[in-house]
Amino acid sequence: MKKSVDRRDFLKGAAVTGAAALVPDAMAAQAPSPATPAPAAQGPRAGAAPTPARELDPGLDPESLVLDRSGGDFMVDVLKSLNIEYVASNPGSSFRGIHESIINYGGNKMPEFITCLHEESSVAMAHGYFKVEGKPMAVLAHGTVGLQHASMAIYNAYCDRVPVYILAGNSLDATMRRPGVEWAHSVQDAAAMVRDYTKWDDNPYSLPHFAESAVRAYKIAMTPPMSPVVIVLDGGLQEDPIQPEVASKLRVPRLTTATPPQGDAGAVAAAAQLLVNAQNPVIVADRLARTPAGIAKLVELAEALQAPVIDQHGRMNFPSKHPLNQTENGGPLIAGADVILGLELTDFWGTVNAFRDSLHRSSRSRIRTGTKLISITSVDLATKSNFQDFQRYPEVDVAMAADAEATLPQLTEAVRKLVTADRTTAFQARRTRLEQAHARGREAARNEAMHAWDASPISTARMAAEIWAQIKTEDWSLVSESGNSSGWVFRLWDFDKHYQHLGDSGGAGVGYGAPAAVGAALANKKYGRISVNIQGDGDMLYAPGVLWTAAHHKIPLLTVMHNNRGYHQEVMHIQRMANRHQRGITNWHIGTMIDNPNVDFAKIAQGMGVYAEGPITNPNDLGPAIQRALAIVKKGEPALVDVVTQPR
Amino acid sequence: MTKIFLGIATAALMTAALGAQEPAQKPAPAAAAAPAGNIETGKKLWVSVGCWQCHGYEGQGGAAGPRLSARNLPFAGFSAYVRRPTNQMPPYTEKVVPNADLAHIFAYLQSRPAPPQTVPALLK
Repeated sequence: MKKSVDRRDFLKGAAVTGAAALVPDAMAAQAPSPATPAPAAQGPRAGAAPTPARELDPGLDPESLVLDRSGGDFMVDVLKSLNIEYVASNPGSSFRGIHESIINYGGNKMPEFITCLHEESSVAMAHGYFKVEGKPMAVLAHGTVGLQHASMAIYNAYCDRVPVYILAGNSLDATMRRPGVEWAHSVQDAAAMVRDYTKWDDNPYSLPHFAESAVRAYKIAMTPPMSPVVIVLDGGLQEDPIQPEVASKLRVPRLTTATPPQGDAGAVAAAAQLLVNAQNPVIVADRLARTPAGIAKLVELAEALQAPVIDQHGRMNFPSKHPLNQTENGGPLIAGADVILGLELTDFWGTVNAFRDSLHRSSRSRIRTGTKLISITSVDLATKSNFQDFQRYPEVDVAMAADAEATLPQLTEAVRKLVTADRTTAFQARRTRLEQAHARGREAARNEAMHAWDASPISTARMAAEIWAQIKTEDWSLVSESGNSSGWVFRLWDFDKHYQHLGDSGGAGVGYGAPAAVGAALANKKYGRISVNIQGDGDMLYAPGVLWTAAHHKIPLLTVMHNNRGYHQEVMHIQRMANRHQRGITNWHIGTMIDNPNVDFAKIAQGMGVYAEGPITNPNDLGPAIQRALAIVKKGEPALVDVVTQPR
Repeated sequence: MTKIFLGIATAALMTAALGAQEPAQKPAPAAAAAPAGNIETGKKLWVSVGCWQCHGYEGQGGAAGPRLSARNLPFAGFSAYVRRPTNQMPPYTEKVVPNADLAHIFAYLQSRPAPPQTVPALLK
């Protein structure tokens, strides 16, 4: 019988702390006290890779039935070193080894196992979590059926430039698979099915290989443009004992995250010159602010130029009350601009062109001839072919393949150096005009919100105003907003912190809203923030089981249903087709509406252990209902209010 | 999030096509020149032929279409735009919405109440 290898042997020294020291906010690896070794447990029943033929290992004691340490334990140590706080997962046999290591060896802490009822929920939770916390959350899934369930959510995260740390279970050694299901749950190349919309993947052959790939995956995922990554975990590697010759080689490589790429100095200077000389410069931001500092950096640039900012809301980019926030006046400003700076835009072409979805599809430029376009986006550094999320090709004058947030200080400094006294005078005049326009925009929004104020179904403006009245004095975070409520939150609420708005799904894959909200709320929990989710009904019905996850893990989250009882975008598409064909224009409801019977979301939530009220149809009942639900949230639990709403 | 931006931009363009935006509303003088329509019939048509989808059940507007309630809307311009829209709105030909039905819809729109005279406390 081989001598057992104490875990201290393979964890000691800098092996683990080396990585942790460079992970932001790293916690030191906290391996629990070693369990009492099981007397006869130590002999590896088979060689963990690199011993290929596990059943033929001459060192195997065929009578041994237990062991005290496995490859999964080491994998947990690596995850701890990376400061992974949670792992979201629907349990599966292909990763039972690491699952058990997480909850027993790892003490179910760093990472903590979050029970999910669908892999799409797991990934979307990690998606929402990152946008609050700024670091990846892990997901465990079957390499076959799990990744397939997860794939839509992975695509959303990819399009939204969000890192998700995916660990996929698999059983490579065909001779060791259990007959039946394990064969159906095994695959030669698990990551292949999601390779088009992940940045990197690997299939480690040994534990040292796992350690290196795990750290590499983290680094790649966190380098802009950020993206999901996949590490495939072989079942044998997770479950088999760690052999002495392997244990002696185990260490966790040092993690040094890459500094985000900054714009070329010459291009920055050219951009600054264009912006300073412009009569009507406009700044447009989409997925710009990837850290809390992003907002302040954009404010500095905007104020250096006294230029208007249009926020496309891919992230929380610019304070809504700032007088240079001209999002309400976006159309006319774009039309009148002589220089437009696009910061991490998803669709620069769509920003400066109008497209008409009619029988004869057509487009027209929305900008003046000669308007100079400047683009800064890290997406230019990594574009794939198959999935077409890269949008139409924009013809710009200055293109910086760089991270916009990292480039802003350099650009602001270059602008300041070029500003003369004459330009300062012109900038101040521009500022005065923009302040007036901002005030008019806020006033106009308020006036518009008053229309249909007392209507039933309840207007989306009224819903936004009722929520705002209850949360505005709290430390709040709008963790998701699905179903399109006409942007009323941006028009009526005051946003000024990075976690107050997290953008959208990225890929417009329905089913993101509810789980992303729960994941973001999980991140907000330790800060005591009130997480609010405005939740589309169609989106909720993709995987409502995430409400159970919120209840089970006591994740405080106020969900307000924007329940227009349909897939409203599709309602409008069918109407468009029927009108085009001049037939059946009253049949828009077929295949698009979610009514007859109406879904009772309060009952669904209650059945999952979540406090819930509704359906609410009288606008005067809404405020008190939100108030009651908020009281539950403040106690640390989720609550839901079902509001029957106008379409948008 | 471009879709919201574009939606608002589209709404703004459509608003421009239909006339200048005004906050609260007076009765439309041009309405007198409109053919007679029945408000209740118009309300049913507003839903059945899909006007509500972009403009809301009350015509209050939203991301996909501008507000049509409580505003000066000459019937001639309204009718011309519905028949041959210039932006994202799908066309409603006379074949699918006869002139008489359009008059009912217009009557419903004209009947939509102006917003409250005093600003609700929640919006202050």
